Amino acid sequence: MHINKNIAISETGFVFNPLSGDSFSTNQVGQAILRILQLGISQGEIVSQLVDEFSVDRQTVEKDLTDFLLMLRNYQILMDDDKA
Amino acid sequence: MMIKRKITIGVTGLNNIDSPGPGIPVIRALRESDLFDVRIIGLSYDTLEPGLYMHDLVDKSYQIPIPSSGTEILLERLVFIHKIEKLDVIIPNFDAELHSFIKLSNILNQAYNIATFLPSQEQFESRHKSVLFEFGETNEVKVPFAKMIFSTAEIYNIEEELTYPLVVKGKYYDASIAATPEQAVSYFHKISAKWGLPIILQEFITGNEVNVTAIGDGKGNCIGAIPMRKLYITDKGKAWAGIALEDEELVQIARTVISNSKWRGGCELEFIKTKEGDYYLLEMNPRFPAWVYLAVGCGQNHPEALVRMALGETVIPYTKYDVGKMFVRYSYDQIVPLSEFEKIATTGEL
Repeated sequence: MHINKNIAISETGFVFNPLSGDSFSTNQVGQAILRILQLGISQGEIVSQLVDEFSVDRQTVEKDLTDFLLMLRNYQILMDDDKA
Repeated sequence: MMIKRKITIGVTGLNNIDSPGPGIPVIRALRESDLFDVRIIGLSYDTLEPGLYMHDLVDKSYQIPIPSSGTEILLERLVFIHKIEKLDVIIPNFDAELHSFIKLSNILNQAYNIATFLPSQEQFESRHKSVLFEFGETNEVKVPFAKMIFSTAEIYNIEEELTYPLVVKGKYYDASIAATPEQAVSYFHKISAKWGLPIILQEFITGNEVNVTAIGDGKGNCIGAIPMRKLYITDKGKAWAGIALEDEELVQIARTVISNSKWRGGCELEFIKTKEGDYYLLEMNPRFPAWVYLAVGCGQNHPEALVRMALGETVIPYTKYDVGKMFVRYSYDQIVPLSEFEKIATTGEL
């Protein structure tokens, strides 16, 4: 999976999809996830990084991350690697 | 510093109201031209068109006769105005008046040296709602299947061609979504009572609405095109806020339509983008939209390009624009002395 190449993400966590015109605001955790996603890291590794960075248990991070990634896919911010 | 050419331009569509005409955005674009130093002559139909009282944008205004008065009376009035103001160009901005201005364009140009840049009568007719499906076939753009009907009896015979829900549309305005033949009959009566016949039954396509403001040179070149998605829509369905999109496919479709139809002048293309990513043309308006100033904000001054082409110049097509620029409208109360209202109401000039 990867962030759609057109998506603009600002340092404040403001996300803009220039193809649809949609924009979103993310909190600190969302910003961290987007930042890690931009590095092309796997879901398992993202969980580990978030557990370390935010001192939360692994199960909670896994559940919340799955929900967040689903939302990113729905908004066409995140694409699976077999898609452009 | 480049010296700007002085030029006098007549502009209609000064109704900058909740269902705004394009006149004021067109004037703002012309005022920001790097090439022209414009004197703007407002041409109005109503004494309460807000643009009449915007003296920083409109230098002088004249009432003109409504389109149903006929072209001879309109010509007489335009000639009167021209004798005083020496108009170089006229930019009509209402659908309903375009027929008259297209009809008068040759005489305005040849007898009075007033330029316009309008589609031909055939082009104007070809994108009417009632024949849009055929327009799509001719110009290689997807258009929802549609059929013109003249009686409710025809509604019960279309089930082989169209399925429910479908859209029941008036010839000029109004559209309702019917889920059953009974609903379609009800909308047929409501809409035809208002706008007459025929009624158009159209395939219902779901998706996101995206629009393009564009301009063609009449030779098959698209001089500029900006795609936009409405972010805030009024209860009249008008865009109160919108954002410029990065959508090369949509821009390419707009170019194809302009190129194939050899469109001459400004236009607005209204599309639905389906979940599968297909674009369906829902409407083609034969003039700039009221949000055309967004094009200027994105780096393409379409009204300036139109004036240049009206004056016979060749304009090189724009190739880029700024994505993510937004427009957000606002309403503003102008305080108007009664004397100004009195002047336009009694003398037809302000």
